[in-house]
Amino acid sequence: MDDATRARMGRLKWHCRRALLELDIVFQQFWAQHENGLDAPTETALTRLLALEDHDIWDLINGRAEIDDPELTELAESLRIHCVATPLEPR
Amino acid sequence: MSYTVRKFDAVIVGAGGAGLRAAIQLSEAGFKTAVLTKVFPTRSHTVAAQGGVAASLGNSEEDHWHWHMYDTVKGSDWLGDQDAIEFMCRKANEVVVELEHYGMPFDRLDNGKIYQRPFGGHMSNFGEKPVRRSCAAADRTGHAMLHAMYQRNVKVNTQFFVEWQALDLVRDADGDVQGVTAMDMETGEVVVFHAKATIFATGGAGRIYYSSTNAFINTGDGLGMAARAGIPLEDMEFWQFHPTGVAGAGVLITEGVRGEGGILRNSSGERFMERYAPNAKDLASRDVVSRAMVTEINEGRGCGPNKDFVLLDITHLDPATIMKRLPGIREIGLQFAGVDCIKEPLPVVPTCHYQMGGIPTNYRGEVVIGTDSTPVKGFYAAGECACASVHGANRLGTNSLLDLLVFGKSAGETAVEDLRKNPGAHKPLDTASIDRTLARLNRLNTQKGGSSVHETRLAMQRTMQKHAGVFRFDTLLKEGVTEILKVADDVARTEIKDKSNVFNTARIEALELDNLIEVAKATMISAEARKESRGAHVRDDALDTEETPNGRDDKNWLKHTLWHRDRNRLEYKPVQMKPMSVDTIELKKRAY
Repeated sequence: MDDATRARMGRLKWHCRRALLELDIVFQQFWAQHENGLDAPTETALTRLLALEDHDIWDLINGRAEIDDPELTELAESLRIHCVATPLEPR
Repeated sequence: MSYTVRKFDAVIVGAGGAGLRAAIQLSEAGFKTAVLTKVFPTRSHTVAAQGGVAASLGNSEEDHWHWHMYDTVKGSDWLGDQDAIEFMCRKANEVVVELEHYGMPFDRLDNGKIYQRPFGGHMSNFGEKPVRRSCAAADRTGHAMLHAMYQRNVKVNTQFFVEWQALDLVRDADGDVQGVTAMDMETGEVVVFHAKATIFATGGAGRIYYSSTNAFINTGDGLGMAARAGIPLEDMEFWQFHPTGVAGAGVLITEGVRGEGGILRNSSGERFMERYAPNAKDLASRDVVSRAMVTEINEGRGCGPNKDFVLLDITHLDPATIMKRLPGIREIGLQFAGVDCIKEPLPVVPTCHYQMGGIPTNYRGEVVIGTDSTPVKGFYAAGECACASVHGANRLGTNSLLDLLVFGKSAGETAVEDLRKNPGAHKPLDTASIDRTLARLNRLNTQKGGSSVHETRLAMQRTMQKHAGVFRFDTLLKEGVTEILKVADDVARTEIKDKSNVFNTARIEALELDNLIEVAKATMISAEARKESRGAHVRDDALDTEETPNGRDDKNWLKHTLWHRDRNRLEYKPVQMKPMSVDTIELKKRAY
């Protein structure tokens, strides 16, 4: 990973530090499966998702809310699947 | 390593509820105010507060601040300072109405007044029966509160430094506080924020435990910085375990669920709280409920294949009520427990939730040291990182949002008063304390053959969970002190592989661990020393006798612990039993 990519990933990882433990757990599992970085569409979608409010992100992930945005919907569904797995060790 | 200096009248560390409320006071008074925050303000952990904010508005039934004060003193198991508690309960209506004027969208009654609901430990007429005292904005009370206060701060020109990690206090040879050093995560640049007033509002440190409801950002940064600067930490043995964390995940099920009629049941379906708290039942104070749950589990009446949780049952409630009054609870159950709570009860266990102790302050928000509570010039604290002390040995639900509003405002007001009294130039910066911070950073950047941050943090969390959990045992606590000091040795030699400067999350996590370990040591050492049960600190060897009700030993232990980082020294100071204007709420056995 080059310096610029590592910096972008670092920023995204930090933006995954949220106010809600629910999201911390979900994103922890997500990053555990993407240790080597993200492809461009996922990076773009995650960046957009993280700009939303915590409760809104959580509502998208748990299916209480829907959004007219196929990329965010797909990412939220993927995060929901990660989330149901056994939680990792705490941080 | 070099640094630059920026001057402000006031610097506030933390942009959750307490920090934002304090900033409003300072900026409205025209002082140049910087707020440093690790995450965007509206992503602070205050967002997670769902239950509401306590205020004796009396909108649904008769209520009075004096009843609220009584409940808070009783809830604290008489360890709370009665002057600070009176101050908080009397100020509650004022700060809630102010918040309403900032635009907070509280739930409403049909007559337009703020809707209030009952909450554990809040009673009418000095403990007679539950009262509706909690003001909420659906399940997003904390979130709505942050938005209202952030917008207010934008209006009054508070300057935010977002994604900055505060590193250390700058404290001079006189003991006066002169600001903080901080690192810009985006560049790795170190800046000294030179200020006449420094307010810590950094939140709690719930991540010292393995099982916690706290978000990952709750790493006790303010407490670590204070401890390293020679400020003691008060009453750190008292941690509230929330009765209803989802078994396995730690995710919180709000007490509002029981406020709306949720019932705790054991393996035989019994509503066991009727045996432990005949009046308040499932709405008893959090420590009483947590202890009852653990007793049920320890005595073999837990549920599931390992009998290691109990059930929270709301299947008797109207699904429409659940969806309207408790939105989000169903999804948490589905996601983290695989249970639809409309049809089946939720598996829950007591989980570390809130830190009652913290940086010692008085009701004015001034940080105080020594057994005579001398204020530290230029230093203030509010919210979960501070210990005023209003929560004493156990906090009542909905008093945390009240705490951060009242004492955030109070700290801001006191800082404004002090700044007006001191209009001259800043004292020259003390470079010795800055050099110590740079040396700490340099150690981390150059460490070879050191310990892993992740493994060391886990060792700390497991040690705290095993040795200083809901129930505490003398042998385990003594072993815990030895174990946590060993972990501290590893924390002092953590190594990071990535030395880059831009959003280096490995470095941030190592710096956070430096703060967490101070809190962990303070907790374990303070807990081992306190030879009684009180509130959330429950020892199995503290006997329930006439002289020591529930194991509480007022003769020897009605006092606040002060832990000093230097040699792990402990000292004790008296509890303020005299309120501001009313009679002392006299000691008695705490029962619900």
